[in-house]
This record gives sequence, C-alpha cells and structure tokens, in this order.
Amino acid sequence: MKNDDKKTKARRRFLAGGLGAAALGALAQGSTAGRRADRPVWQLDPYLCSQCGRCATECVLKPSAVKCVHAYAMCGYCELCFGYFLPGARSLDESAENQTCPTGAIRRRFIEEPYFEYVIDEPLCIGCAKCVTGCNTFGNGSLFLQVRHDRCLNCNECAIAAVCPADAFVRVSASRPYIFKGENDSTSGGLS
Amino acid sequence: MKGLLIAVVFLTLSGVATAPAAGAGRYPEPDFESGYVIPTATTPAPNAPSWEYLHLVVLAAVLAVTALLVLKVRYRAGVYILMIVSLAYFGFWRQGCICPVGSQQNVILGISDSSYTVPIFVIGFFFLPLVTAVFFGRVFCGAVCPLGAVQDVVALRPVRIPEWLEHALRMVPYVILSLMVLFVATGAGFIVCRYDPFIAFFRLSGSAFMVTVGAVFLIAGIFVARPYCRFLCPYAVLLSWGSRLSWLHATITPDECVKCRLCENACPFGAIQKPTPERIAEPRERGVKRLALLSLLLPLIVAAGMVAGWYAGTPLSRAHKTVYTAEQVYMEEAGLTDQTTLESEAFAAAGRPAADLYEDAEQVRGRFRRGGALAGAFLGVVFGMKMLSLSIYRQRDDYEINKAWCLSCARCFNYCPREQARRSGPREQDE
Repeated sequence: MKNDDKKTKARRRFLAGGLGAAALGALAQGSTAGRRADRPVWQLDPYLCSQCGRCATECVLKPSAVKCVHAYAMCGYCELCFGYFLPGARSLDESAENQTCPTGAIRRRFIEEPYFEYVIDEPLCIGCAKCVTGCNTFGNGSLFLQVRHDRCLNCNECAIAAVCPADAFVRVSASRPYIFKGENDSTSGGLS
Repeated sequence: MKGLLIAVVFLTLSGVATAPAAGAGRYPEPDFESGYVIPTATTPAPNAPSWEYLHLVVLAAVLAVTALLVLKVRYRAGVYILMIVSLAYFGFWRQGCICPVGSQQNVILGISDSSYTVPIFVIGFFFLPLVTAVFFGRVFCGAVCPLGAVQDVVALRPVRIPEWLEHALRMVPYVILSLMVLFVATGAGFIVCRYDPFIAFFRLSGSAFMVTVGAVFLIAGIFVARPYCRFLCPYAVLLSWGSRLSWLHATITPDECVKCRLCENACPFGAIQKPTPERIAEPRERGVKRLALLSLLLPLIVAAGMVAGWYAGTPLSRAHKTVYTAEQVYMEEAGLTDQTTLESEAFAAAGRPAADLYEDAEQVRGRFRRGGALAGAFLGVVFGMKMLSLSIYRQRDDYEINKAWCLSCARCFNYCPREQARRSGPREQDE
C-alpha cells in the first residue's frame, strides 16, 4: 500500500511536469501563431501551374473545387479566343465541337464590334485547365485556375497538392485566400 | 475555306506566342465605346476561423461528458449514443479535417518546417485528447473519434485474436508513427491523411482505391473489432502512453473483483487481462540471466534498427516528389526511357537545370537516410522494451483492464455482477 502511494505520487509529479512542459510548448507555438497568419487554406499559384489536368481528377470532391477564374481586366476580349475555341475549329460559333471546354462551361457574350466577353459558368467547370492552356499559349493568360473556397473542404493535406507536378499548391492565409493574376492585385493572395 | 483561314491565323500566332512568357499584354486592352464596365471575378471567402473554435469547444465538451459517462455514471448506452453523435458531427457533418489523428502531422511540420506555423486550434485538437488520456484514459477513442466510431458500429461478431498475434500486431502503430514523422519531417507529405480509410465515407466522395480500402476495413471490422484503432492508428500510440499513466481510469468492477470470470470475453479489443496463474517457481538465476541477456540485446536491437532504417531511407525517399521527378528526368536524359511523366514535363517547362534537381533529390535522400536511422532506433527501443516487459513476471490477482489498450468503450461494465449489484442496490433499499 505504501509502495503504491509512493508510485502514485511520483506518477503525479511526472504528469504535472509533462503537462506543464506541453502547455508551455503549446503556448510558445500559439503566441507565434497569433502574431503570424491565421488559418492556412490551400491555393494554387497560377504562375507556377503547368495545366497538367490533375486538378480535375485528384480533388476529393467531384467535380473539383478547383475552377477556372477569369481576370477580365487582363482579357483582350478577342473574337478568336484561344481559350474558347479549339485549334482547328471548323467555324467560330458556339457549337460544342469547336470549344476547348469539355463541359461547355465558358459562355461568351457579344459586347461590341469586335469584342466578346467570356464568362465561366462555375458549376459546370471541372478545373481541367484546357482553356487555361489555350489562353496561356496564344492569349493574354487571363484564364487561370484557382481553388474556390466556397467549395474547398480544406483537407489537412490537399489531395491535389500531394501530386501537383509543378508544386503550384501552397498554404496561404485565410484572410488572403486567392492568388490572382493581373492588375487587380489588391484581391490577390498570400504569395508576394 | 474558313477552317483554312483559322489554321493560318493559328500558325502565324503560334510563332508570335512563343516570345512572351506569361502572355500578359499580348493583345491590348480593348477600348469600349458602349459603356461596358469590366467585371471582376468573385472571391468567395473560406469558412470563418470561428467555426474551428466551435469544433474545438464541441470536442472538449464531448470528451468531458464521455469521461463522466465512463468513470462516474458507468453507462454503456450513454457512451454509445455519444459516439453516434460524434460520428454524425465530426464525421459526416464536419467531413473530417482537421482531426486529432491528422493534427499530429501539423505539429511535426510546425517543428520541422519554420515557414509553417501551426494554427492554435490545431494545437488544441492535438493536445485535448492527449491531456484527457493522461487524466481519464482513452475516452477520445471510446466515444469521440469518428474513425473509431464508424468501426465500433460495425463490430458485430468480434472474434478473439490469439494473444501472441495481438501483441505482434500492436507493434504496427509504432511503425506507422515512425513513418508518419519521417515523411512529414522530410517534406514528403501527410501519409496518415492520404491513406485515411474512412474519410471517403464521411465525405461520400473519394478515390476508388481508398473507398475499397475503407470497405475492406469495415467488413473485416465485423469480426476483428476496430482493426484500424488497434493495429494501425499512430495517434493511439501517444494516447496509450498517456493512458498508461492515467490518473483515473475505467475499471471493470465498480468496487471489487470477485474473479467470477464473467468478463473474461467481454472485451472485443483484448484489453482485459486475466489474473496470473500461481507462479511457477522459477530459479532466480534463470530470471536474472534472461534479464541480463535482454538488456545486453537491447543496444544491439537499437543498432540493428538504425542500420536498417538508414538503408530503408533511400527506397522510402522515392515517395518524395523531388526524388521521383529527379529519377524520371535522369532516366529521360540518359535515354533509358522515351516516356515522359507529368512531373518531368512540368520540370522541363520550368526551365531549371537538371543538375539542380539532382542535388535537391540527393539532399532529400540524405534527410530520409538520417531520419530513417532515427526512426529505426526508436523502433528498436520500442521492440526491445516490449520484449523486456513480456519477459518480466507481474503478479495479477484480479481481472484488470490493460490501460494502454483499453478504449474506454464501457462494454465490460455490464458483465460484472458487482456492477449489477451496484445498479440494483439503491432500488432494493427503497423497497
């Protein structure tokens, strides 16, 4: 019995020590966390993106939480948009076989001669980046991919980030959750 | 005719297109005369961080109530209901991330990578179940962890696993824990999240492979109760360390053990220890000899673990993106393969010299070898200690709970006649 008491006491002392150390460690970590950014969320850097197509297939959500975003201010409003039309399109009209987008998620609207506006229909977009490739190769690069935070589950390890061949996925601060291309850098994300 | 025209336009443009890198400003910004206003893309915000603190408060509350139900009220049905609530809340509604099991990796990353700061609620998710375990045992496993809950629900026909096998398989979580630390610290990613077998069910979405793995676990879980918790979960290692030292822990009997053997088969997780048979008188010399031999063997096992870990480091490093990209690029440059991968294409597009990549890969391999040696040493210590603890005879007079293995599920209470007496006690007095 006495022996047991001794053991219990030693155990408590040990525990108190361990808990104290743990709490101190947590506090130290916490204080730095408080000074620095708040919660990290996943985002992809469009300047690093290689348009490999894995955003469409690897996300735990189907369809992916990665969608194409249009930086309108960068767009040339071309009639012959290389994000919109397939190379070798038979005619420059809205028929599906001429479009790069496999789901027809890009809508175009005539503004004035000779300009067209291109809008992403987000629920249809699967994040395959086919239009991004077209726009980057022959256009202004105003179409690019972004993790959309109204959809993203913010997995502890992003399934796309784990296999992104260009290492374009980064953790950014939740208060600046987007990395936008172009001039509207006021809304752009955590990378500087 | 028109097709030809487009083709010509494409050809001329493709010549132009190779010049500027990002393509910005290739076509001038249009001058609109119709008063058209250039729109801006929407930027929907992520969930507010306050949600995460709410989850943390819920976690603390559920832990506290479970501890109360297991230790004070001793009520299995209550624990079960709470477990279902946790499964619904943390599993299906919250859809997993971040969970205490995964948060270990964030904590390691916070230590190994100075550019990553662990958010404070993640620290909370990591520490709360551990602190609870130090005080009250693994109540987190009993009714809070959604991964445990989904297995507990299907554990309908549990079979008893031979003791030697149980002891052997219970070593696997230590291996997973070491690998987890190694992979996070070397920057290869969060393998425990990547191969979480049940998260696909919570999200009702996931890769076909992980859904299959999850289904296999659940089917196996009908017969082998909570296979993930017992034989894989790396967080269980830390929790069992805490629980071993626990200040209060669930007991089978509310007061005294009458050695009726009724609880002998109560635990589906093999966490009930029988009383030891009368000690067979062993010559003192033999015991001393065995102990001396084992303590001599311990440094050897640790050394063997270090060597094995060092050599395992190189093959393990192939899981790191830098290493497998470098190997692919090397194969392509040496003409050993004509096939390119998305990784090697992305590397070529980035325009860095291959030598840089090889050097990075060599550094990663080095980190894996050194980390592997450390992990091997740790596993050697664990294995050696296990051998020692198995060889030491401990007198046990009653049926007792193995604190390290007990999941605080409260199943065994009902089997105890003393418990039945406790429950009917006050009523008899009333009559």
